[in-house]
Amino acid sequence: MSARILFAVAGRVLTQLRHDHRTAAMLLVLPCLVLTLLWWMFDDRGFGFDNLGPPLLALIPFIVMFLVTSVTTLRERSSGTLERLLAMPTGKLDLLGGYAIAFGLVAAVQSALAVFLSVWVLGLDIAGPVWMLTVVAVADAVLGTALGLFVSAFARTEFQAVQFMPAVVIPQILLCGLFIERALMPPVLEAVSNVLPLSYAVDAMTTVATTSSPGLGGVDGSVWGDLAVVAGFAVVSLALGAATLRRRTA
Amino acid sequence: MTGLAVEIRDLHVVRGGRRAVDGVTFTVPTGQVTGLLGPSGCGKTSLMRCIVGVQVVEGGTVSVGGIPAGAAELRDRIGYVTQAPSVYDDLTVEENVRFFARVLGVPASEVGRCIEAVDLADHRTQVASRLSGGQLSRVSLAVALLGSPDLLVLDEPTVGLDPVLRRDLWGLFHRLADAGTTVFVSSHVMDEAERCDRLLLMRQGRLLADAAPADLLESTGARSVEHAFLTIVDTVS
Repeated sequence: MSARILFAVAGRVLTQLRHDHRTAAMLLVLPCLVLTLLWWMFDDRGFGFDNLGPPLLALIPFIVMFLVTSVTTLRERSSGTLERLLAMPTGKLDLLGGYAIAFGLVAAVQSALAVFLSVWVLGLDIAGPVWMLTVVAVADAVLGTALGLFVSAFARTEFQAVQFMPAVVIPQILLCGLFIERALMPPVLEAVSNVLPLSYAVDAMTTVATTSSPGLGGVDGSVWGDLAVVAGFAVVSLALGAATLRRRTA
Repeated sequence: MTGLAVEIRDLHVVRGGRRAVDGVTFTVPTGQVTGLLGPSGCGKTSLMRCIVGVQVVEGGTVSVGGIPAGAAELRDRIGYVTQAPSVYDDLTVEENVRFFARVLGVPASEVGRCIEAVDLADHRTQVASRLSGGQLSRVSLAVALLGSPDLLVLDEPTVGLDPVLRRDLWGLFHRLADAGTTVFVSSHVMDEAERCDRLLLMRQGRLLADAAPADLLESTGARSVEHAFLTIVDTVS
């Protein structure tokens, strides 16, 4: 791996995003709009937004980065720039890591905005430290990026890449505990949800929102455990993604 | 600059279930402009991909400077221009070249030099998607020139360009070759053949001829390379 190439890739991805004002605006503004909609929907009832806000703060960066990454990487594959980069001294992990850093940074800004809006404007009750919400959101975004990189290897066109969203993302949303507590699901589905990364992402976010603890970072130890699982999934997906990149193709 | 000679022996490539390259043997010497000519679909691109080391090879050997093609130590010594321009169309000319310069670890001064070499200095702040096809392929060429690589593999770099610019680029290729670079250029336009020091004619995955342009015309008694090509095809079949 080379730090020079890693940061060159990250810088280039961010420059591309800077040129694409519409995408950049949607990345930053849409999560805020969705959260506002959720807050408005429950009006002044007091319960819904506090329960659903934190899981949504976990879901949004995951979904958005999954989509953005799978399409961007596919463009890289089909435009010939991937072949050019791999004919150069670029390591596979330089490329994937560069993407993860760039989208991780975007997610940090995105969720900082969303968290600011939720907590200080819409009055979301957070028991734990507020900054921890952003940490969890960045981990979720990196997970989304890593999964997006991986599945883009199985798509030939951008149209196919977008179809991975219902295949990979929606089952995770259904089973992550947002609609029904995971412990109350049929045992088989509970077992499935236990091996899906988004379940841990949502658990971490919910724990930060509902509990505080004198432990490390002001959160319960289980949050760090959940974060470790999310990070582990991201690392494994990046490694699998690297394995799907071939310098030589037929 | 040392130049990197290419040596290909009995190369076989299968692409899309078809024999794209079918038993080809030749060498590309340093310090010359070697042209690979043949109709579209004759296997030129597959052959060039083998030299760069991005093609799965069915059989035979390809070595570059005595090292098997695709080896890690060759990756910053080969400049490669693919047929379709491989640049980011949402970045400006300068951002594209600067990004690849960073990947290669060459000095920032190379960015301006290579953009000027392909005559795009006036367009450096323009986003690639707004460029014409010819300008886009020149951005791709500028990237290949970064760091003065020892071997240039150029897949149809001058297609669709203004004749004046085409002449200038061929002048550039020859200056690079004179300085010791190995330049390997493909084209499906036969009239570009006369600009090469040496010609490889290819058809249906096989090599038809390997000669200097003048020798090729003399041995076939043809007036142009296009006629020579036809003469050879007729004698073979």
